[in-house]
Amino acid sequence: MSTPMQTEAPRPAQNSPLDLAAKFPGAVRPDERPGYSGWIVEKDHLRAVATFLRDELGYDLLSSVTGVDYLPEGKMEVVYQVYKTTGGPGVFFKVQVPRVDPIEVPSVIDIWPGADFQEREIWDLYGIRFNGHPDLRRILTWEGFEGHPMRKDWQEAYYEEEAKPYKSRWPEGHHVSAEEKSLYKDNVRYPEKFDPEKWTPTDPEEALYASLKKYTSTDESGMETERIVVNMGPQHPSTHGVFRAVVVLDGETVVSLKPVMGYLHRNHEKIGERNTFLQNMPYTDRLDYFNSMSNNWGYSLAVEKLMGIQVAERAEYLRVIMAELTRIQNHLIWIGMMLNDLGTYFTPALYAFEERELILDIFEAASGSRMMCNYHRFGGVVRDVPPEAFEKLKGLVYDRLPAKIEEFERYLTENEILVARLKGIGYLSAEDAIAYSMTGPMLRASGVPYDIRRAEPYGIYDRFDFDVVTRPEGDMYARYLVRVEEMRQSLRILEQAIRDIPEGPVLSGKPAYQVRVPPGEAYGRIEAPKGELGFYVISTGKPNPWRYHVRAPSFINLTALEKMCVGNKIADFVAILGAVDIVLGELDR
Amino acid sequence: MYGKGILKGLGVTLKRFVATYIEDIVWWGRRYYKPEGIARRSSKDTRGIFTIQYPEEKLPVPEEFRYVPFLVYDEGEGGKKEIRCTSCGICSKVCPPQCIWIVRTVDPATGKPVPAPAEFYIDADICMNCGFCAEYCPFDAIKMDHDYEIASYGRNVFDLDRLLKPASYYASIRPLNAAREDEARRAKEAAKAAAKAEAR
Repeated sequence: MSTPMQTEAPRPAQNSPLDLAAKFPGAVRPDERPGYSGWIVEKDHLRAVATFLRDELGYDLLSSVTGVDYLPEGKMEVVYQVYKTTGGPGVFFKVQVPRVDPIEVPSVIDIWPGADFQEREIWDLYGIRFNGHPDLRRILTWEGFEGHPMRKDWQEAYYEEEAKPYKSRWPEGHHVSAEEKSLYKDNVRYPEKFDPEKWTPTDPEEALYASLKKYTSTDESGMETERIVVNMGPQHPSTHGVFRAVVVLDGETVVSLKPVMGYLHRNHEKIGERNTFLQNMPYTDRLDYFNSMSNNWGYSLAVEKLMGIQVAERAEYLRVIMAELTRIQNHLIWIGMMLNDLGTYFTPALYAFEERELILDIFEAASGSRMMCNYHRFGGVVRDVPPEAFEKLKGLVYDRLPAKIEEFERYLTENEILVARLKGIGYLSAEDAIAYSMTGPMLRASGVPYDIRRAEPYGIYDRFDFDVVTRPEGDMYARYLVRVEEMRQSLRILEQAIRDIPEGPVLSGKPAYQVRVPPGEAYGRIEAPKGELGFYVISTGKPNPWRYHVRAPSFINLTALEKMCVGNKIADFVAILGAVDIVLGELDR
Repeated sequence: MYGKGILKGLGVTLKRFVATYIEDIVWWGRRYYKPEGIARRSSKDTRGIFTIQYPEEKLPVPEEFRYVPFLVYDEGEGGKKEIRCTSCGICSKVCPPQCIWIVRTVDPATGKPVPAPAEFYIDADICMNCGFCAEYCPFDAIKMDHDYEIASYGRNVFDLDRLLKPASYYASIRPLNAAREDEARRAKEAAKAAAKAEAR
């Protein structure tokens, strides 16, 4: 299992005949650290290489940008992962800069606009400045935050040790509550000389408002019109949690919009670096808490790539079954909540919840929990589905769900009010959708047939017969139709998986709580119901990951929110946001 | 015809409304507060409203359902509690939020560790119910509970007294698992005994 062959395992960049080093001599060199792949690009040539990759080679989809702090080497690294929307493996490239402030890297926002939020996130968490980024503000932490929390030398309020398990728990584990250790008897730590009573958030808020377009405008007759700034959220029923959007309005029309997020930020990635590899599994449940089964899969995919282990055959099928059930219940909830946003208060939402409850019964019987499933283990799943739950699953897939999806269509699809609210609103062209790194149903509703299950199949998706659903319209009605049809395709996959599932063990190898993960990097990405969910994991051979990054579809799909909203009415903003399908647990991480 | 879509949709709502009453009549006297009624309402054939009227009714939890862990003890002679835990510390090491605190017993005469916990705490407010402790315990000593009604006004730091539950309780909530583990333990002991006999 712990094979020393991991450096020779097929890696995307080594598979392709691409030789960037020959094209850019002196500026690009292959990444030759053991277990790593891709290219290291000199900072000054980053934009040239990026443009070349996009324009000449067709790597049009920027999947993920993230930072890594190599504290012992005194380096900061920015990692880019780009893919082609026509499918196939991607290219990794990295920029390394000395770890001395100010750390600066050129921005690629005009090459791939989808880098917008991600570069802001890196600035926020790592303190790497992106030259040329028009609006480089903190994005996840609050404005008064001191330091950059993902840096390896930054310590949280209740810092105990660099890595779990903590020594204070055993064998002398006399219980102490965390808040007892704090001066404030609460879970807070303030910068020195900081008085929370006296602080007012003027400056950062001004920066936020300045990032919006100017408030006044003058029409042809010379009359000055003052525009209105409206704060939607963070406490607003339409924002699906604690999400805030600052909207500039001209009458009822949206002129400019900036999302403000991070109210649910808990530094998931820092927690992930303190955890052991296995301990991260239940934490991934809490990202997109509707789809814990998919989240588990993304993470185990990345770690299994690093470990170079096979997944048990039956477990592969169980993973597909659970992931597709997850997709169905997610899309059902989406339809229900979307209709809530449109004002159909709770009847469709509860119809959707009914079917979801039946699906969750199966999750509960198999994993022990309805939502926080924690079902995957490296090399398989934790246990088999009990026979009675499997019978119920068959009943749902063969009898109930097809009829219910039919009923939903009868109930909603032709409804004139729904059509009037959705058709032609929130338009996003295929070019923009790709440029803004949209993935999942959002991208497919703009007419791009990009589905990772097809574009770069993981698990056993290459064995199933299903269609990638697309609609050319790019409006909200298309997003609705894509999701309805995707549920049918999921049922098709489920039928095949139930038919073909073999008997056998559900875990390759023995259950182990300490796994040996060889050094290297891996990017595991799956087609989650909301879009591309990626986990970028770096191991140094220790029990804890050196870097654990989540490429969250909810977060990155919001990059195009302003683009979709401008020119529409404020009432449609609620619907457009709803159509993106966000979950704050994943968005804020 | 404009409005046809709305009418079709209203038809669906009406059908579902009526279905609730049809089910009430067909399952007269058995639909609510009866195990068979609850089973029917959570089956694939359920129709109409199928809300479970908690707390009057409760959805039966499946065997694998997991909630804050407890410690299993075997009932020895004279009601003596034979705690299975050897305070090896695996559960506290594997715990993702690090909510298990164990003090190992030390023999006061020799100063050597004794395989039993002196103190055992689970901070139930921090526990994320992942089930790793039960999964990786080599002694079947810590198991996930089914009792999910533990809301309280204060903090829930469970000590040894609160955590200990008899093996018979464990067998009652997880009959299949308990039987399988007992079987495995018996087989192991038999193998040990056989090896001993052979060595002799």
